[in-house]
Amino acid sequence: MSKRRVVVTGLGTINPLGNNVSDTWNNLINGISGIDYISSFETDGLPVTFAGEVKNFDANEYMGKQHARKLDRSGHLSIYAAEEALKDANIDTEQRLGNGVGIVFGTGIGGIATTEQAVRTYDERGASRINPLAITQLMPNSSTGQVAIKFGIEGPSLTITTACAASANALGEAKNMIQNGIVDMVIAGGTESGTTAMTIGAFAQIRALSTNNENPQKACRPFDKDRDGFVMGEGSTVLVMESEEPAINRGVDIYGYVSGYGASTDAHHITAPAEGGRGAVDAMKKALFDAELTPNDIDYINAHGTSTPANDKNETAAIKTVFSEKAYDVNISSTKSMTGHLLGGGGAFESLVSLLSLKNNIIPPTINLNNPDEECDLNYTPNIPLEKDLSTAMSNSFGFGGHNGVLVFKKS
Amino acid sequence: METNEVFEKVKGLFVEDLGIEESKVTMDAKLEEDLEIDSLGIVEVVMAFEDEFEIEIDDEELADVTTVGQAVNLLHSKI
Repeated sequence: MSKRRVVVTGLGTINPLGNNVSDTWNNLINGISGIDYISSFETDGLPVTFAGEVKNFDANEYMGKQHARKLDRSGHLSIYAAEEALKDANIDTEQRLGNGVGIVFGTGIGGIATTEQAVRTYDERGASRINPLAITQLMPNSSTGQVAIKFGIEGPSLTITTACAASANALGEAKNMIQNGIVDMVIAGGTESGTTAMTIGAFAQIRALSTNNENPQKACRPFDKDRDGFVMGEGSTVLVMESEEPAINRGVDIYGYVSGYGASTDAHHITAPAEGGRGAVDAMKKALFDAELTPNDIDYINAHGTSTPANDKNETAAIKTVFSEKAYDVNISSTKSMTGHLLGGGGAFESLVSLLSLKNNIIPPTINLNNPDEECDLNYTPNIPLEKDLSTAMSNSFGFGGHNGVLVFKKS
Repeated sequence: METNEVFEKVKGLFVEDLGIEESKVTMDAKLEEDLEIDSLGIVEVVMAFEDEFEIEIDDEELADVTTVGQAVNLLHSKI
């Protein structure tokens, strides 16, 4: 029996570039940075003072204060993105979706800001004054549960915490669920809102962050010789994934196919990629195999491209290993140059970018790529978007812990 | 403190801190059905009462409290 094909019928996102799909796409193809000085907390004394923050979003206004105060910001963003995606897929959000629909969500660090606040309250006022809603907001599966409650999603649910590969893995597992006939539809995505004074400090301690405090918009420069680390970002992105046949039967527009998924583990070092991107190579090959494609079939790679010295060098090496001569030809870009690193929400966001690229036949650029690095010598679509007929796209996501998740998309 | 003063303070907490619509907060309002305060929310309400009125409320004392009025009477008796 041939495998069931999986399509994407709805997209929703809230991220540093926009609070809907069209604003996000317009900013992406115009090379606009969503990174700026942090406005949500004081940055005095911090080694890094900028990030990619979601702007002009008031959760109290969106869902009412009584509901909003029960959720961490990562949960607010999740419900918002999920609602956008469901509406986009022509699904009635007033009806419970029921047990034929699953949900798979990825997050790196869950409600870390809530955790920190609870610790501060404990230190200052004791155990009896800790917010009774703290646990339900800080647990990494909080967003998964809250989105399920909001839309009555009663099928299987999973929360995946493979750091920066989390929502790529989420989409992959959602694909498996649909292909295996467990459900016909999965609400899949990821969320992160983990930019706090503590996380900035802690990531800076391991020299993972760019410290270009003079010029935040120029800080994230994937594959550039002067890159000096990633930029924290926040956001949520949700995709409605369906089995092809029921989707066609209900007459909804299809963005494209999720045709390949590959996952692997470096088993090498908790932060550093394996030399030559060994695990990344394995995941890309598995994704191509699953999609029944060869490297020559791939038109666009949305790279993990974090702007850390180690990632970009090793990802480049991995692409060369997988694609051989084609590596110099295939169009690559890192949209993290504009959004910053959405961490656990990154894979879902970059899957959205890949699908929109296929739909619009435009590759968003890698901005801030001005000084080529001899170890990063591929075609990264520097600074200017590229119009080109596209049929297939690959999206790479690699996480601390050595987790690798790669997805392949095909035009519908 | 008079009962109506306690009620006004309770109403203020519900509206300002918990985001509940002011018109819903009456003496007869049921905490769970009318104000959508669930079991987790009750713990928050108790904390808010304890801070506002500088009292301590035991879980047993809350067993029979299901309406705003009952909460107001309990608080009134403890202040």
